[in-house]
Amino acid sequence: MDKGKAVMEGVGRRWAVDFTDNSTSPSSRDIPDPLGFSRASLDQDDSTQSRQKKDAESNWKAKKAWEVAQAPLKNLLMMGFMMWMAGNTVHLFSIGITFSALWQPISALQGVGKVFEPYKDSRVELLGPKLLFIALNLGGLALGVWKLNTLGLLPTHASDWVSSLPPAQDVEYSGGGVNLH
Amino acid sequence: MAMAIRAFLIFVLFLSSTQFCFSLYEDQVGLMDWHHQYLGKVKHAVFHTQKTGRKRVLVSTEENVVASLDLRHGDIFWRQILGTNDAVDALDIALGKYIITLSSDGSILRAWNLPDGQMVWESSLQGLKMSKSILNIPKNLKANKDDLILIFGQGCLHAVSSIDGEVLWKKDFSGQSIEVQQIIHSPHNDIVYVAGFVGSSNFYVYKVNAKNGELLKDNNVELPSGTYGELLSVSSDMFVVLEDTRSKIVMIDLKNEEINYKYSHISDLIKYSSGQAVILPSRLPGIFALQLNSHSILIKVANEGGLVLVEKINDAAAISDAVSISEGQHAFAFVQHEDNKIYFTVKDVDNWNADLLKERIVIDNQRGNIEKIFINNYIRTDRSNGFRALIAMEDHSLLLVQQGDIVWSREDGLASVVDVTTSELPVEKKGVSVAKVEQNLFEWLKGHMLKLKGTLMIASPEDVVAIQAMRLKSSEKSKMTRDHNGFRKLLIVLTRAGKVFALHTGDGRIVWSVLLRTLRKSDACERPVGLNIYQWQVPHHHAMDENPSVLVVGRCGPSLAAPAVLSFIDAYTGRELNSLSPAHTVAQVIPLPYTDSTEQRLHLIIDVNQQAYLYPKTPKAIDILQHEFSNVYWYSVEVDNGIIRGHALNSRCNREVVDEYCFDFRDLWSIVFPSESERIITTTRRKLNEVVHTQAKVMTDQDVMYKYISKNLLFVANVAPKARGEIGTATPEESWLVIYIIDTVTGRILHRMTHHGCQGPVHAVFSENWVVYHYFNLRAHRHEMSVIEVYDQSRADNKDVWKLLVGKHNLTSPISSYSRPEVITKSQSYYFTHSVKAIEATSTAKGITSKQLLIGTIGDQVLALDKRFLDPRRTLNPSQAEKEEGIIPLTDSLPIVSQSYITHSLKVEGLRGIVTVPAKLESTSLVFAYGVDLFFTRIAPSRTYDSLTEDFSYALLLITIVALVAAIFVSWVLSERKELQDKWR
Repeated sequence: MDKGKAVMEGVGRRWAVDFTDNSTSPSSRDIPDPLGFSRASLDQDDSTQSRQKKDAESNWKAKKAWEVAQAPLKNLLMMGFMMWMAGNTVHLFSIGITFSALWQPISALQGVGKVFEPYKDSRVELLGPKLLFIALNLGGLALGVWKLNTLGLLPTHASDWVSSLPPAQDVEYSGGGVNLH
Repeated sequence: MAMAIRAFLIFVLFLSSTQFCFSLYEDQVGLMDWHHQYLGKVKHAVFHTQKTGRKRVLVSTEENVVASLDLRHGDIFWRQILGTNDAVDALDIALGKYIITLSSDGSILRAWNLPDGQMVWESSLQGLKMSKSILNIPKNLKANKDDLILIFGQGCLHAVSSIDGEVLWKKDFSGQSIEVQQIIHSPHNDIVYVAGFVGSSNFYVYKVNAKNGELLKDNNVELPSGTYGELLSVSSDMFVVLEDTRSKIVMIDLKNEEINYKYSHISDLIKYSSGQAVILPSRLPGIFALQLNSHSILIKVANEGGLVLVEKINDAAAISDAVSISEGQHAFAFVQHEDNKIYFTVKDVDNWNADLLKERIVIDNQRGNIEKIFINNYIRTDRSNGFRALIAMEDHSLLLVQQGDIVWSREDGLASVVDVTTSELPVEKKGVSVAKVEQNLFEWLKGHMLKLKGTLMIASPEDVVAIQAMRLKSSEKSKMTRDHNGFRKLLIVLTRAGKVFALHTGDGRIVWSVLLRTLRKSDACERPVGLNIYQWQVPHHHAMDENPSVLVVGRCGPSLAAPAVLSFIDAYTGRELNSLSPAHTVAQVIPLPYTDSTEQRLHLIIDVNQQAYLYPKTPKAIDILQHEFSNVYWYSVEVDNGIIRGHALNSRCNREVVDEYCFDFRDLWSIVFPSESERIITTTRRKLNEVVHTQAKVMTDQDVMYKYISKNLLFVANVAPKARGEIGTATPEESWLVIYIIDTVTGRILHRMTHHGCQGPVHAVFSENWVVYHYFNLRAHRHEMSVIEVYDQSRADNKDVWKLLVGKHNLTSPISSYSRPEVITKSQSYYFTHSVKAIEATSTAKGITSKQLLIGTIGDQVLALDKRFLDPRRTLNPSQAEKEEGIIPLTDSLPIVSQSYITHSLKVEGLRGIVTVPAKLESTSLVFAYGVDLFFTRIAPSRTYDSLTEDFSYALLLITIVALVAAIFVSWVLSERKELQDKWR
C-alpha cells in the first residue's frame, strides 16, 4: 500500500528518494527477496542473536543429557545377554560377568555428577535425566544381584547361614565297649 | 564368611575333580613317609654253615616271619611273612641250600632258597590228630639218592624228599594214642626211633626203617611214676625226663634193643636243693640243663648212666644249643645277665675246666632279661675259634654279640605294636638351637641353586642325585621341636613285650624307649600283658611348662580277673612318672571328656564287678566328676551272650573300706539280641577326639540337612550264628548280616538293617554322622562296602533365613539323647574288590577338609578312597547341579586307582591297624600304619590347599622378583633418557 501511495504521491512530485531502509519490512518492497535469502537472521540484533544461540545450546544439552541418561539401557540389555550366555553355573566367566555387571552400575552411580557435568546449565533441567540414569543403573545393579543370586552366591538360603555352625554338644557322655583283652 | 568358605570349597571340589588321585612322583618317595621293616621276637635261628660261605643268619619269629639277616649289620637280606595262623614250629637248613620250615602245627612244610628267599617247594602233610611237631633233618639219610627230611606232625611220621618236597612214606601213629616227643635218627644204621608216652608214665619206642617207613619193632615200658614236661634226648640212645614230683630225674636208655630206666634224686646232685625243677630244651651232647629256683644247673650224663653236676650258674641264664667246632668237639654258650652287663661264656662240652671264651658286655638296661641265645663259631685269622652269639632279649630285641661288643641290635619289638597314641614335641625356645646341624649360608645358597637347576631342568644326573639326597636328609623334618604345621610329633607305641617306644614322625627313629617295670614278669605278676595306651595329660593352656604324659594300662595275666597295672610315662623323656598296681581288675577304660586344672584327663577304669575307679585320684577330680555325675554313662558289650547293656553312675561304692574314688553303676537298659539268629561280631564308635566342622549338609538345591552328630553312637554288626565262620562255610540262605546304630545313653536303636546272604568279617569305621562297613556278599561272591548316613530330622525345620540371621535358633545349644530326636538314614552299597584288614577315616584339625577312607587291603597296602565315592546321594545320572557339587555317577563297584595307594610300592607286612592324627595344617592328616612293619606318611585328602608344596622353589621366586625389579629400573632409566632426547630435538 505504501508503494501505491508513493506512486500516487509521486504524481505531484517529479521524484523522491526514500532513505528509510525498508529492508526489514519486505512487504513494503515490490521486489521479492532473492531465493534462499532469509531475512530473519539478518533481522536479529546482537542481543537477540546471543540469546537465540543460548537457547539452541540448552536445547541441545537437554537432548544430550537425556541421551546420556538412556545410555545404560543399552548396557543393561547387553549385560542381560551376556548373563544369559554365561549360564547359571559358577565359573570364572560367569563370576567375572556378574561382578562386572555389579561394578559398572556402582561406578556409574558414583560418577553421576561427572557424567552430567558437561550438560550442567542453569537453564537445563537435569533432574529428569539424572533420575533416569540412576534408575537404569539401579536396574543394572538389580540384574547383577539377581544373577549373583541365581549363581547361588547370595546368602538367601538357610544353608548359607548354618553351614558354618558348629555341631551341638552332647549333654551326656557314654563310653565303654567290649571288655579289653 | 560362609560364602567365602563355600566358594572356596567349590573351588577345591573343582580342583579335586580335575585330578582325583593323589599320587606321588617317584622322587617324592621318602620325603614325608618312612617305612621300617621288623621281624618280631626270634624263636629259631640257624647260622649259615661255613660251607655256604655268606655271613648270614636265618631266623623265624613269633610274627611268623622267616628272614635272612646280614651278620655284619643286621640288615634284612630277604624276608617272607607267613599268614597270621601259620606259626613256624621249626626251622633248619637242608642240602646246604634250602631252608626248611615246618609251620601250622606240623602240617605245612616249605623249602626256601637260601640266597634269595624264593620258595622252592611246599608240601602239605595230612594227619588226623594234633600233636607236637618235630622237624628232623638227619645228615646222610638217603633213599634213592634223595636226602630225607623226617617230620612228625599231625600224629604221623613223614619222610619227605628234600629236593622236591614229595612225601616218600608216611607212618601213622594216631591210632596208638601215643604222645610222640622225640624222633631220633641213628646215624650208623638207617633206623629212626620214635619215642613218646602213652599217658604220662607208659614209655613207648618204635623202631622204624628210615628207607621205607616199615615198623621194625615196638617196645614199651611202664615207669613206676608219672613224668613231667618234655622228654629230652641227650644222646642217640639216651633220654631224660622229670618225674612228676619234679624232684627226680628219669633217665631212659635204649641200648641193646631194651629199655632201661633209672631214677636219680636232684638233691643228690645239689645239696639243699628244693623247689620245682624244669628241664631246659637246649640240645647238648651228653649234657642237659635244669632250671631250679632261678639257678641253671648243667648235668653231665656219664657213660655208665650216672649223673654228674658240672656247673651251677647263678642268676637267670640262657643256654644255647651245642655247635660243633671241630671233629668230635662241641661247644655251647650261656649268658648271664646282671644289671646292665651280660656275661657271655663259651665252654667246651667235654672239657669243663677252661672257658673257650668269657666276655663281659655292657648292655642297655631297657632290654630286660635274655630269653634266647644262638651261637655260631668262626675261624679267626690265627686259626683259633671265635664265637658270635645272637641274643633275643625280653623286649623282643635282637643283638649280635661278637668280640666283647654288641655288633648290631634290632628293635624287633616294634613288630608287635599293641596300641598307639601321639604326643606333641616340646616348643622351640629362643636361644636354644635344636637342629643338630645348622646350615651355613653358603650351603643354603648351594642347596637352593641346586633346586633351581632342578626346576629349570638343567641339572645333571649327579645334581639330581644330590638334590634327592638333600631333600631326604632335610634336618627340618627330624628336629626335636614342634613345627608350625604340626607334622612333627611323637608316636608313642606300646608293644606286646611291654616296652613303650616314642618314634619321631619325621624319620621314625626311636626317641626313647622304656621297658615298663610293671609289665615285666615278676612274682606278683606272672604273665603281664599291656592293653592300651591313653593320653593322660596334654598340657596346652594352663600347664604349659609341664611335660605331656601317657597312661599305659595293663593286666597281670590274660584273664579278665587278673589285677590291673597302670603306668604313667613322661612323653618327652620316657621316664616312668608313677606306676600303680591297684587291687581292682580292668575290664574297660573310659577316658572322660573332662580335664582337671593341670590338664590331666579324667579316666574311669571299670573292673569286672562293674565298679568304676576314678583316676587321677585327687579331690579335684572328684569335684569335676560330681559336677557331671548324672551325665556319665557306660555301656558294655557282652559278645558271648549277645547283650549290650547301658549303665549310669549311681553312688559311691558300698564297701567296708571306704574308697571315695570308687563308684557304683546302675543298669539302665539292655538290648538282647536273639542268640538263635544273631551274634555280635563287630562294634565301632566314633573317635573321642574327632573334630566336626559343621552340622549342616547342604544339598544341591540349597536345601539343608542336619547331620546327627553324637559321640554316643555305636555301630553293631551281627551275623547269623551259622555264618560266623570263614567265608564259604555257610550258604547264602542261612547267612545274614544285621547292622544296628544304637544310642548308648538311652539304648535307643536309631537304625537297623539286614543284609541277606551276607556275612562277616565286618570292618567298620564311624566318623561324623556316617558309618562305612565292609563285609562279604555270598550271593554276589564279592566283598561289599556300605555307607549309612544319619540325619537329624527334628532340626530340619530351621530354615527361616531371618531367624538364622539374628541367631534365633537352638542349633548350637547342647543336645540331650533323651530328647529323642527324629532321625533319618540314607544308605547305599557298592562292590569292593579287596578283602580288608583295617579301615580308618582321615582326621584333620578342624574337620573342614573332605574325608578319605584309609583301607588296609589284604595285600598289606593302604588305599586312600575318597568318601565321595561312598555317598548315598550318588545316582546313575546326576543332574548338572549335582555334578558340580561333586557327586559322582553311581557305579556298582568302588574304583581302585593304583595311584591312590598311600603306601605306593611298599607293603606294611602283617598290617593290623591304621591310626590317623590331625596335623595343625587343616589340609593334612598324619597316617601311621602298623603291623610287622611300620609305615608313616602324611596325606592331604583335598590336596594341600593351604600351603605351598614341598618343592616350591623360593629361590626361583626371589630371583624372579629381583629380575623384575631390575628390569623396571633399567627400563625407567632408558625411558627417561629417551624422553630427554626427544625434548632436545
